[in-house]
This record gives sequence, C-alpha cells and structure tokens, in this order.
Amino acid sequence: MATAEKKGQGIARDTLKDFLREMLLIRRFEEKVEERFRAGELPGFLHVAIGQEGVAVGVCRALEAGDVIASTHRAHGHTLAKGTHPNELMAELYGKLEGCSHGYGGSMHLYDVERGNLGANAVVGGGLPAIVGGALAFKLRGEPRVAVAFFGDGATNIGTFYESLNLAQLWGVPAVFVCENNHYAESTPAKQHMPIEDMTKRAEAFGMEAMKVDGQDVEAVYKTTQRALKHARDGKGPVFLVAETFRLTGHYIGDPQVYRPKEEVRELRQTQDPVEKLRAKIELPDDEWEEMEREVTEVVEASVEFAKAGTDPKPEDALKNIYA
Amino acid sequence: MPELSYREAVRDAMSEAMRRDDDVFIMGEDIAEMGGSMGVTQGMLEEFGPDRVRNTPISEMAIVGAGIGAAMAGMRPIVEIMYQDFTTLSMEQLVNQAAKHRYMSGGQLTVPLTVRTQGGAGWSPGAQHAQQLEAWFVHVPGLKVVFPSTPEDVRGLLWSSIYDDNPVIFFEHRTLYGLKGEVPDQIDPIELGQARVHREGEDVTVVATGRLVHEALAAAEEAEGEGISVEVLDPRTLQPLDEDAIVRSVEKTNRCVVAHEAVVRMGFGAEVAALVQERAFDYLDAPVERVGAKFAPLPFAPVMEEFVIPHQADVLAAIKRTVGRNGDAAS
Repeated sequence: MATAEKKGQGIARDTLKDFLREMLLIRRFEEKVEERFRAGELPGFLHVAIGQEGVAVGVCRALEAGDVIASTHRAHGHTLAKGTHPNELMAELYGKLEGCSHGYGGSMHLYDVERGNLGANAVVGGGLPAIVGGALAFKLRGEPRVAVAFFGDGATNIGTFYESLNLAQLWGVPAVFVCENNHYAESTPAKQHMPIEDMTKRAEAFGMEAMKVDGQDVEAVYKTTQRALKHARDGKGPVFLVAETFRLTGHYIGDPQVYRPKEEVRELRQTQDPVEKLRAKIELPDDEWEEMEREVTEVVEASVEFAKAGTDPKPEDALKNIYA
Repeated sequence: MPELSYREAVRDAMSEAMRRDDDVFIMGEDIAEMGGSMGVTQGMLEEFGPDRVRNTPISEMAIVGAGIGAAMAGMRPIVEIMYQDFTTLSMEQLVNQAAKHRYMSGGQLTVPLTVRTQGGAGWSPGAQHAQQLEAWFVHVPGLKVVFPSTPEDVRGLLWSSIYDDNPVIFFEHRTLYGLKGEVPDQIDPIELGQARVHREGEDVTVVATGRLVHEALAAAEEAEGEGISVEVLDPRTLQPLDEDAIVRSVEKTNRCVVAHEAVVRMGFGAEVAALVQERAFDYLDAPVERVGAKFAPLPFAPVMEEFVIPHQADVLAAIKRTVGRNGDAAS
C-alpha cells in the first residue's frame, strides 16, 4: 500500500528505506535465480531485471488495493513488488504446486490474481489489450480502480501497443501504460528499432497524457506513478509513463551480450545502479545496510529451501486447468 | 412457438442476456448505429446505449484483447469480429492469451469471453471474406468452438456461450441469417457439447456443420427417394465434441459421411473420421467419406466459387459411395 505523502514533499526516510529493502530483496532474489539456473536447478527461460528494480518498486508501491497489473517476460521484480511472497515466486521457478502459478506458468507466466497480478506475458505487447479491457470493466462498473501494463521499449513497435493506446484513449479508460525503457529490445539497441528518441511522442500521437521519469530514482518513479494513477482514477483518461532505466545484465541468464561493449555495462553498474543510488541518497549507515543485507539474504535463502521442499505436480496434472 | 430468423435469434440471445445482466456487453466494428455488417445488432444501440453496444476502431487485436481483460475482471463481454477472416488479426490474443490464461495461472483466472464471427461462401466475396476457419480453433486447447445451424440452436447455444466461463469462438454462417425457424417462447439454453440428430436414418450417418447441415438434409431427402435411409447429425459444438453421439449413430448405420464447407484437407472432417475409425472401426461397412471445399482459396467468379464449395449433390454422391451405389466408390 502506498504511504500517504503530501504533494510536493519528499518521501519520509523510513518509506525510502522500506523501498530500498524491497529493491535489495528483488536484487538478491534475482542473483539467486541466476545462481540456481547456472547450477542447473531451474528449468525454462529466465530473464532477470537487475538494474530495473526502481521501476518495479516505485510503480507497485504507488498502487492502491484493487489496482491490477500485467507484466512481461521480465517479471520477477513486478511480481515481488506487487506482493507475492518470495517463497511462492521461487516455488514457481522450481515448477512446484506451491508456486504462484502452481507450476503451470514459470518465470514468464507469473500470476497472483488475489494480489491483482493478472499475469506476466511471454509475448511482447501481448498483455496490453487486456489491460485496456480490465480498465474498461472498472469504468463500466464505476469502480475506482486502475489497470497498469508494464512493457519495454521493444513493445512500442508492435501492433498491440498502438491498438491498445488508441482504444484506451478513445474510451478514456483508467489505465497506466508503464514503458520500462531499458534501451534494448532483447539484443537490439533502440537506435536500431526506433526512429525517434523521445517515446512520449508515440503517446502524444493519440492525445494521451505522457510522463517521463528517471527509472533509476525510485522516489521519482513513485511520485510520478502517483500522479499518473490519480489522473487515471479521476477519470481523465489513461497515461503513458516512460521510465528511463537500464538492464545491468543480459537479456537472458547466460547472454554473452556480444551486442554491447563491456565498458557500457561496467559504467552503467557504477553510475546507474538504482539500489546504490538510493542507499547513497538516504545515507544509510553501513551497519543498517549490513542488517538489511542479512535480512534479505535470509528471506531469499528461505525461499530456495521452501521451493526445493515443494510438491512436484503429477504429470497428469498437465490435463487440469484447461477449461473452467 | 414463435418464429425467428437465425439473425434475430442471435440478437435475441444477446439482448436477453444484456437485459438480465449488467456484466454482459458487446463490442465490435460497425455494430452500433449501423447494426453490424450483417444487421445482427440492429436496434441494440437504441435499447442498451453506447456504453454497452460499443463501436470500436478497426483493431481486432485490441478488441479481442479488451474482451479478454474485461472477462478476467469479471464481466461477460461479447466481441463481434466482422468476418472470420479477420480473426487472423486477433489470432495472437485468441490463441496465446484467451485460451491460456486459465492454464498458465494454474486455474486462478477464468476468461468468460464470447467471440462471435461469421463467414461462408455463396455471395462471391472472394478469398478474404468467406473462409470457414473453425477447424483452426478446435486445434487450440482452452478454446471452445460453437457452430450452430438453426435459429433455435443459435439462440440456445449463444446463451450458453455467454454464460460459459471459458473463451468461446462462436461461428455463424452468413447464408443462414435469413433462415427462419421456430424457437421456444423462452430462451432454452443448449448445453455445449451436445449433438443434435436432425433426421434419423438406418443406412448412413452424415455428420454435418453449418450450411452443410441443410445441404445434408436435402441430400437425405433425395436419397430417401432412392431407398437410402440417412441420419443427419449436427455436432453443433466442435469443442467440446459430442463423440458419443457420433459413435452411437455410426454403430447403428455402419457408414459415415462428414460434410462441412471448409476445405477438406486437415479439416474438422478428418477429426471425425479419425474418431469413427478409433471407436467404431468394427462397425464400419465402408470408408468414412469427407465432403468439403476443394483445396483452393475462395475464388471471386460465381462459377468458380460454386465449383470450389460443396453442395447437396456432393453430399448425396458421398452417401451413395458409402452404400456402394453408382459404382464410383473410391477404389
């Protein structure tokens, strides 16, 4: 839940510390996922969002109860930030019945409907139209809820993006389209996939309210998202929110990243790590940082234990859940 | 019993559901003031208003996807895709999203979405406005596929589709919209997955869908005159399929013809033929015959269109082949 903040004021240090803890949890969780994948324990395709934690936490913490999200193939951070327990997420990555999708989804299909997570989507742009529909349902029913889509810069080149934004603006539905611009569509840099630099122009073409924010500054993401949500919730229509961010690792675990210079990653890690930025901003003393590290590491280790002790589905469970 | 056209029966099911239930609404291209390209939604805007009879941009991906989202949020949307050829544009949303959200979420979600669409040859629209693509959707676990052939069936089945908790692709045949038939006073829901035997017979079973049900009934009448007793069975829903009804019928008649307007190759008839040989092989006195369109896109010129698509005469010829008449059985 969002902490109430007065407009124009900074966010209380305790809240920011809480954000930091959440971001660190996501970071350590994903590092553990990388480690366990390399150890051969995790099946499937895994995409981590190391470097993008500020967007996940900043956006999801600004949401209110009843708001829903749709995520992408890079979904661990969004899922944790939306409230799924690390145990349930890790169990899903291990393909266990205790997982948040009960072993039917995996990393690219993380759901937690009770907590408003309508699912991560492995088709780029695939979840956008449903967010328009969810928001339409809220509008038709007169519910003060907002539907939020996460997607990357790569998704702004696919047809669903244009059809969805057009329809959302046309119908004035309470949706927020959060574009995590990490400047790469898988391996393809923005300059090879987009003829413009300022993506807000794409939304402006539909007459849609567009906002831009430094995605590495979680406080800014949180405040901007609050503005966007208010706009949508007040019935003023959808918002396109571009968060400029950086993927500090490859597209997938094991990606040798031959498409970008090693110095780029090294420099980004030094200058654009949202966790380090926030730690410096709130001047967290070393002992508090170490305590936070200990706590988070414990949670992550416990999630692995939980997952490994989880229940394997029976093979024939594959034939369940096809029809309601 | 009142008489309704197939078109009116579709409208009646939607309107009645919308009168009773605020969660039901419809969206699609040209469905509001214009009343739909086939006139199916005529008058609905006046009764229900623009919030619930929603004209959309030409955006099949977004229309279907918005239906999915509204369904996941607990509503029961009906989406009209103007021509089934245009479902190709929304295929990603139908196949990857609608069909799989329930599964991928481990049963957390339901997608009670009905996608109505129509098509069919006979008016020379050419290759992009008259295809019969129902078999594609039967191939996708998670979707239900309905293809009614009479006013009574279309009304009862559409009602059940709207109230089904799964995504349903609902096929209407264009040339049947004007067909009139008696319907019950009140809407009588027809359970998905129940075949209808239109005509009982002893010598051969014709399993037919859509327009071909009527071609098959006419062929059966003709065959009767030649001493062949034909049973005509319409599965009505292709997924779920009333396998037992088909098998039961073939066990009685010992012969089977499958007839649909879609192309024969990899068509729904192939599935029925496989079913029959798997479950009723010992009962068969003749190979299963398939009737359908020739393997060509639908041509424009009426003479070519007529040549490509199947008619009463093709069904009759197949019937005769199974009973070994006329000497043109497959060698």
